[in-house]
Amino acid sequence: MADKHAPQERHTIAVIVDNEPGVLARVIGLFSGRGYNIESLTVAEVDREVGLSRINLVTIGTPMVIEQIKAQLERLVPVHSVRDLTENGPHVERELALIKVHAVGENRAETLRLAEIFRARVVDTTAVSFIFELTGPAEKLDTFIGLMRPLGLVELARTGAAAMSRGQEPF
Amino acid sequence: MTTTTSGAATAGAETSNAKMKGAEIVLKALVDQGVDVIFGYPGGAVLPLYDALFQQNHIRHILVRHEQAAVHAAEGYARSTGKVGVVLVTSGPGATNAVTGLTDALMDSVPIVCLCGQVPTHLIGNDAFQEADTTGITRPCTKHNYLVKNVDKLARTVHEAFYVARNGRPGPVVIDLPKDILVTEGSYLPPQEIAHRTYRPRTEPDIAAIDAAIDLLETAKRPIIYAGGGVINAGPEASRLLTELVELSGFPCTLTLMGLGTLPASDPRYLGMVGMHGTYEANLTMHGCDVMLAVGARFDDRVTGRTDAFSPGSKKIQIDIDPSSVNKNIRVDLAIIGDAGRALELLVQRWKARKVKIDREVIGRWWEQIECWRAVNCLAYGKSENIIKPQYAIERLYQMTRDREVFITTEVGQHQMWAAQFFRFDKPNHWMTSGGLGTMGYGLPAAYGVQIAHPDALVIDIAGEASILMNIQEMSTLCQYRLPVKVFILNNQYMGMVRQWQELMHGGRYSESYSDSLPDFVKLAEAFGATGLRAENMGQLDDVIRKMLDTPGPVIADICVDQLENCFPMIPSGAAHNEVLLAPPDQRAGDSFASEDGMVLV
Repeated sequence: MADKHAPQERHTIAVIVDNEPGVLARVIGLFSGRGYNIESLTVAEVDREVGLSRINLVTIGTPMVIEQIKAQLERLVPVHSVRDLTENGPHVERELALIKVHAVGENRAETLRLAEIFRARVVDTTAVSFIFELTGPAEKLDTFIGLMRPLGLVELARTGAAAMSRGQEPF
Repeated sequence: MTTTTSGAATAGAETSNAKMKGAEIVLKALVDQGVDVIFGYPGGAVLPLYDALFQQNHIRHILVRHEQAAVHAAEGYARSTGKVGVVLVTSGPGATNAVTGLTDALMDSVPIVCLCGQVPTHLIGNDAFQEADTTGITRPCTKHNYLVKNVDKLARTVHEAFYVARNGRPGPVVIDLPKDILVTEGSYLPPQEIAHRTYRPRTEPDIAAIDAAIDLLETAKRPIIYAGGGVINAGPEASRLLTELVELSGFPCTLTLMGLGTLPASDPRYLGMVGMHGTYEANLTMHGCDVMLAVGARFDDRVTGRTDAFSPGSKKIQIDIDPSSVNKNIRVDLAIIGDAGRALELLVQRWKARKVKIDREVIGRWWEQIECWRAVNCLAYGKSENIIKPQYAIERLYQMTRDREVFITTEVGQHQMWAAQFFRFDKPNHWMTSGGLGTMGYGLPAAYGVQIAHPDALVIDIAGEASILMNIQEMSTLCQYRLPVKVFILNNQYMGMVRQWQELMHGGRYSESYSDSLPDFVKLAEAFGATGLRAENMGQLDDVIRKMLDTPGPVIADICVDQLENCFPMIPSGAAHNEVLLAPPDQRAGDSFASEDGMVLV
């Protein structure tokens, strides 16, 4: 490909699709079949009456590949619209993580102190563990998880990014 | 009380909108979509549909001998008529056998609707007898697919499937039909011109882009027009407009394998086919041009060769209905998204309205250069007095059928490339070949698909002895329906293209490419009830072709050709257009083939 030496870019793309059986498989199959990357992917129904779902996906590729990804997504029959949030002005991106940390003795206080700095909520606790709920941009989650790892991280669940462009305009 | 109410409701519904069984709904929808023939093979899950077929006279069913052939036949039908081809297969193996044909149709953008039987809805997911996850399996090899779980959505789904198959970039659509849906009663919905909820491909090009294209074309010093199958899919008028544009501009034009016939091969501005086995002049013109207009062509790797060395100094304009075909392999400078026919119409209109003046002197110098390349006579081959050269066999076939309406289909390999090089097409929709997928076994079923659509035309499958065996069972279909298809086998007792690559790239180690234990094709033809003919030397060739053409029924003509002939010119995989291999001089002189060292590397 002509731009195989071009720099890789990270793009957040929102896709509105008909909420019908197999639609997620079509999107995922497109990515695996054509060798595109998926960094994260979230999907949920956003309009029950009309039957619409929103897929937020984060992908990495050269500009030519990103352009292909959008064109290929547009081509799927149940896709209503595709928007590249990274390209279309500023956007907000949030992810939620549940983080289980094994903490006893003085680590307990340290763990909680760090959680407070990051505004992570404790959603479950035992005498030897916590589960934190943390929301924010992916980098914030990465940093907090990095700090928890040496303290006793035992389990991690992340949702992947939900994203939306800033300003009053709808999708 | 309850029963009375529901009974009354049903009776009321019957007066306003009569209920029909699912199978009847499907057939009525097909009739309303203008379908007159379907290619299929019965089985347990589609018995209700076959029962309904039995009781009607609108749709003709052609019984194939393998489901793959059903799809190829529908492709031949679709590509020679511009209509949607329709296939009917059963669940499980019926559907999986159709997968190769569906993938072929997807790669070559052929509009197909394939109805697949499925086990009853309550058994789906239970590993039932002849169950396969058809929508799962066919998702990547169809443009779209459906599993119908509600009989009231059946009619709408069939209409939608036809809409999706024929609009935008055409392609195959599968409808998976559980058996219980086919026997349940539901209401019919006629086809309506309602906008599809999501799928509305852009067909109208941006007029500013058309003008920008003319700006580039009118100042071009070394232009080329490169057209492909998209022009054929846009209808015969698109081909006429392409020809008009070529005449108006006086620009050289090359065609892809899929586009043969869009510009008459007799046009002096036609350079021949482009790509791996394209002509020397077409490839060097592509390589050296300064403005390239691509119309309905997708810069396939068989066309471009090494992409970073593809036409390095040119501004590229691409007209395509599919935005994902733009900037996929080759970055273009100007993209025009829309129907090729409509874009060509606007180009011609604006060209005339702007009174575009081409500098004839500048273009004349370009033509002088092109004529030098042409003078190389890249398709020349060694003549022999006794052994039949495959190229010569096709040339004779062409010359002896020139006065007839002739449709050509092919299998895949050397014979396919020789057919593309030596058979000359003056009209679109007369050349059916498996381009994108390269499916051996395509030609015979595609040929009878064409013959069904054009009962009085001459339909010839140019085949190789290896390819033809991949769907040879379809001879039985030919004979059942008395379809006078002529199978013209260039028999070199090798998988010729595999052998050629082994010779050129693998040190002549002919691993498994020899066609051992071949059948006697003459007796084979007779066994099926067809006529078998054989030509073993030059003296017999014309006679056999003449007899083949004069025989009213299906014929297999076994043409024993030079076993070691190679197909040239050739751009080796991963090479650039200016690295064409021409036939070695000694081979042209008719001697035995030369080693790689003897090749002329240009």
